[in-house]
Parts: sequence; structure tokens; C-alpha cells
Amino acid sequence: MPTEPVIPTESEPGWFDQRLGLASLRRLMGHKTVPLHSASIWYYFGGITLFLFVIQVLTGILLLLYYRPTTTEAYESVQFIMTRVKFGWLVRSIHSWSSNLMILAAFIHMFSVVFLHAYRKPREVTWLSGIALLGLVLAFGFSGYLLPWNKVSYFATKVGTDMAGSVPFIGAYMARFLRGGNDVGGATLTRFFGFHVAVLPGLMTLMLMVHLILVQMHGMSTPPWVRNLQARQMPFFPNFFLRELMAWYGALAVLGALAALLPWDLGEKADPFSSAPAGIRPEWYFLAPFYTLKLIPSHVWRVEGELVGLIGFALLAFWWVALPFWASTRDGLGRTKLVTGAGVLLIAYLVTFSALGYWR
Amino acid sequence: MEHQRRALVRWLLGTGVGASIASFLYPAIRFMDPPDIPEAPVNEAPAGKIQDLKANSGKIVKFGSRPVLLVRVDESEWRAFSAVCTHLNCTVQFRDDTHQIWCACHNGLYDLHGKVISGPPPAPLEEYTVRLRGDDVVVARRT
Repeated sequence: MPTEPVIPTESEPGWFDQRLGLASLRRLMGHKTVPLHSASIWYYFGGITLFLFVIQVLTGILLLLYYRPTTTEAYESVQFIMTRVKFGWLVRSIHSWSSNLMILAAFIHMFSVVFLHAYRKPREVTWLSGIALLGLVLAFGFSGYLLPWNKVSYFATKVGTDMAGSVPFIGAYMARFLRGGNDVGGATLTRFFGFHVAVLPGLMTLMLMVHLILVQMHGMSTPPWVRNLQARQMPFFPNFFLRELMAWYGALAVLGALAALLPWDLGEKADPFSSAPAGIRPEWYFLAPFYTLKLIPSHVWRVEGELVGLIGFALLAFWWVALPFWASTRDGLGRTKLVTGAGVLLIAYLVTFSALGYWR
Repeated sequence: MEHQRRALVRWLLGTGVGASIASFLYPAIRFMDPPDIPEAPVNEAPAGKIQDLKANSGKIVKFGSRPVLLVRVDESEWRAFSAVCTHLNCTVQFRDDTHQIWCACHNGLYDLHGKVISGPPPAPLEEYTVRLRGDDVVVARRT
């Protein structure tokens, strides 16, 4: 007796659904919502940072095809990429510009978390993972800066690793560890290349997963001044996702315009036997500590100025990292005004000292 | 008794795993510590010809793996200093407009005896001896 063919009904999961469990993912995405209020625009910056990081990975992989991490070939290989490889100038320019935009987006994301008070219980660990990500992003910037082996990057690395050397007790070991020897040279370049393309991406992926899982677990935070939460929520998918996609297009447009209209300069090749050029300064995100170090005199009381600066930066960093803990109060309301004031002060310091470091 | 046995197993497992991790980490950490590469001691180094450097000018010369700043103060007076800024390791330069030694990184200023005039450097520059042998300029470590 012939059997009737079984026709799958609409509710029956398809081939991929059965094997990949897509239905549960759809359910999860269906439940996720984003609060809607006057400051909702700041929610987009975490995604923009992630998007720029993906661009960094993709353009970094392309640059790896030609880059050579030795003191005799690094500068020439970047020059080769920029002058001989098809679209090489564009790929390198996008890599450099997107690294700067990624750091800017990460800073905006961090300050938006501060001003929207999204670090509050139970999101303290999310804050810490975000700070770790910001540290990794800055480490990417510092290690990648040396790779073209030009004059400015050479001296920036000398200064940066020498500062690490001033840390009490372990400084000498740290400086040698970073430099791969007593001085900045070929061993430093090899190490920084290893950090930049292997160690940091591994750590970044791990920390990014932790951060995203925690964001997923706790949901999007609503600022304390927004009431009646249930009334104003936007579904994450597709509403917020599509808006985020448009924000990525916006970031891509800015990135493309900057990379094409202001191609990233290569500068002069590093020469360990030349003087630091006049007007030397680090990348904009290190300008504030750079200018601070310029202002600190050689000795403060009997302590070397360099060490005083380092201790000051360490205390400032510790105070900032611990923000969710000193900002919380037993009544659960938190010291929101104090945090807002601290955020404004920190931005004022960073902007003023960066501007002074750039122009003076 | 049961509790004690469980505690013992837990202790053995914990210390075993801990020892395994330590045995993996120790060589990896030691591997990352760069080995010392001894350099042949350098006591003096050639710094070019007398006529290569005009009066009131300076240049960086190699002293082994270190940079040294050679300054010709006037026709007859020569001086040399370690070119490594005592603040944060940048390489200094001679400024012919102010007759001073300047570090461009953090605006440290030294006089022509290597002493700090202003800025953040915490210590003077190490001074070297300059010897003239015929047409040749030689920089030597002070004994």
C-alpha cells in the first residue's frame, strides 16, 4: 500500500533549525529589548567599537601578507605596501584610521556608561571587563604604533617602555620584558609584532566574549532618571539591530572619507643614532599623560618626577577602575552626582591636557 | 571518614592541577625573559674628522650600541655627552640658537656641561672625553 508523502507543516523546524537550534536563538533575540529614552543614542557606541575592531582584524590580516617585522625590512615593507601593492595605501590608511576611531568610540562608550550610570549593580563586572577591553585597545595602539619602525614610533616606544621601567621593584623586569633586551631594537619590534598579531587578539577575543555575555545576561541598563520602563522599550531585533547597522554605515563613511582624503603618513625611518625630532608627540590618546610628564619637575620633594607621575597615573587609573564600588551606596541610589562630576572632571583633564600637549 | 577521604582526594586533585599549571607556566615565563647578550666593552670610538663638524654645532656618534652627542663649542673646544636623556630615554640634540642641549620629547634642557637647566630630567648627562688625533676626533669614556 503506497504511503502518503509527509508534508512538513509551518511549525515544524527546517533542516538548519533542527541541526543548529536556530529557533532558540530567535527566541532569545525576540526577548531582548533596548530601553527608549532621550539618551538612547549612546547605546550605539559599543557596537560601533566592535564594528571598528572587526575592520581592524580584516585590514590587519591583509597587511600581514606583506609586512616584515625586522628593523631592516619593517619600514621598507610598509613603504612597499603603500606604494606598490594595489590599494595598499588604502588598506594601511584604513587600518591606522580605524584604530584611532576605535579608541575614540571606546572612550565615548566608556563615558556614556558613566553618565548613564550603567556601571551600577549588578553590572560591576561588566564595567571591569569593559575597562580591560579599553586597556587592550590601548595596548593594540601602543604595540601597533612601533610596527612601521619610523622615528616618531621609535621614540614613543623608548619613552613608553622607559616609563614601565620606573615601576618600583618590577620595573626593570617589565622594561626588559617589553623590549626583549636592554634597549628598543630589533627584539622589541619582533615582540611588539607578536603581541599585536597573536597575544592581544587572543586576549581581546576572550575578554570581548565575557563582556558580550555579561551585557546579554544583564540586558541594557536604563538610566536612573528614566521611569516607567515597560512603556518604552524597542525590540533588539530587528528594530535596534537595523539602526545599529545604519550607525555602522555612518562609521564606515567617516572612516572611508578620512582614509581616502587624509592618507596615513609613514614618516621617516627610525634611526637609533639620531636625535628625537622637534615637535615629537605621541598619538592623541597618550597626549594627556605626555603633557603631564612634561610639566612635572625633575624632583618633587625628594622623589624623581617620573616616579611621581607614574604613581599619580596609577592612582587615577585605580580610582577610575573601582568606580562602581565607590559609587554605590547601601540605599541603592548611588552617588550619581559625584560620578557625573568625576566624569566631567576627567574629560576636562583629558581634553585640556591633550590640546596643550598637541599645541605646546 | 568519608568526609576525610573526599577532602584528601580534593587536595590531591587540587595540588596536582596546580602543580601542572605551575610546571607549564614557569618555563613559559622564563622563556619570555630575554637572555643577557654581553657586549664588548667600548672605551673609545671614532667620531669623524675635525672638518666634518663646524663650530657651534653637534652630532650624534655611535659609542658601541649607545648614542653620544659630540658638540664643537667653538673652533678649539669640543665636548661629548651621553645622548640618552636621563628623563625617559629619548635622544637629545644640540641647539645652536641657545647653545644648550635639548630633549624634544619632554622639553628637558641641559647646559654644555651636561647639567640640567630646566624641565623634567632628574640627573645630568654623563660626560665623555674628546681627543683630537691629527684630523680625527675620538670620543672616550672618562676614567
